[in-house]
Amino acid sequence: MHELPVTENILKVVLRHAGEARAARVVGISLRIGELSDIIEEWLQRYFDYLSRGTLAEGAVLRIERVPVIFRCEGCGTSFPVKVREVRDILCPSCGGGKASLVSGREFFIKNIEVI
Amino acid sequence: MADIRLIEIKEEIFADNDRLAAEIRDRLRAKGVLMLNLMASPGGGKTSLIVQTLRGLKDRVRTAVIEGDIDSIVDAEKVAEEGVPAVQLRTGGACHLDATMVEMALREINLDALDLVIVENIGNLVCPAEFDTGARRNVMILSVPEGDDKPLKYPLMFTVCDALVVNKIDYLAVADFDTTLLKERVLKLNPNIRIFEVSCKTGEGIPAWVDWLKEGVTTFKKSGS
Repeated sequence: MHELPVTENILKVVLRHAGEARAARVVGISLRIGELSDIIEEWLQRYFDYLSRGTLAEGAVLRIERVPVIFRCEGCGTSFPVKVREVRDILCPSCGGGKASLVSGREFFIKNIEVI
Repeated sequence: MADIRLIEIKEEIFADNDRLAAEIRDRLRAKGVLMLNLMASPGGGKTSLIVQTLRGLKDRVRTAVIEGDIDSIVDAEKVAEEGVPAVQLRTGGACHLDATMVEMALREINLDALDLVIVENIGNLVCPAEFDTGARRNVMILSVPEGDDKPLKYPLMFTVCDALVVNKIDYLAVADFDTTLLKERVLKLNPNIRIFEVSCKTGEGIPAWVDWLKEGVTTFKKSGS
């Protein structure tokens, strides 16, 4: 729902780094976004195309890597992926324990940019 | 064709917001003021819980309220009737509060005369979960008529909160709502969350919630966490 401010932030960070690197153009942007985020990827690219017009980053392609939701069992320490929107029980596949804590899935991160 | 160079950035998308939120936390810690960010769906009972909380804390915890909910001059009036300072943020159609908006509101408040600031976030279980407001405690309300399946639909919100207030338990008799199942689901996502079952209408369960908040204020004054 808030893809627009997200995109504004991405553009701001990207332009700062592209400027520091004296790049002529930004062609690609790699993002890592956790599966827990409800961001809609198509909208990010659409808003980005609009906001980046006339900047160094015009035409850049957003590559979004969705980071799976991973829990770690508090009993035996095993990490395992979970589809949080589907499963009712979060059970450790190795010891069957039911107490686990979230280790990934909340990322919201700009990894790198490709520039020329 | 020119060579493509790869520049490592490794920066949080909301780095600016996160920085400002951290500044707000530092400033409030220095003043010994605990800030609580209250989130819920529209109609979940944010304003009702705030009003009940203010009555419970009266004369013991000096509190101010930041009202961020859309079009809610009504809410600010209800809060002001309880005799505490209330700041109304004009958020228009925004779907969440962020650190910048909270910072603006804090400028209107005399922090030296306070122990607690309650921020009423915008009614939404999606967006507010993604933005750090600078609050030390994140609390959400889930009301019984919304259903016990909400942790499956909005898992992020349940993972970022320190406490969950299950409101409108006076509806339990007529609702298809399994409190035990809800608690299991929530504790799986977030084993450290505190769960309170209340009815803002009848007042049931409110004292336990108010006590937790009072303890939080006391602990925060001593330890800053």
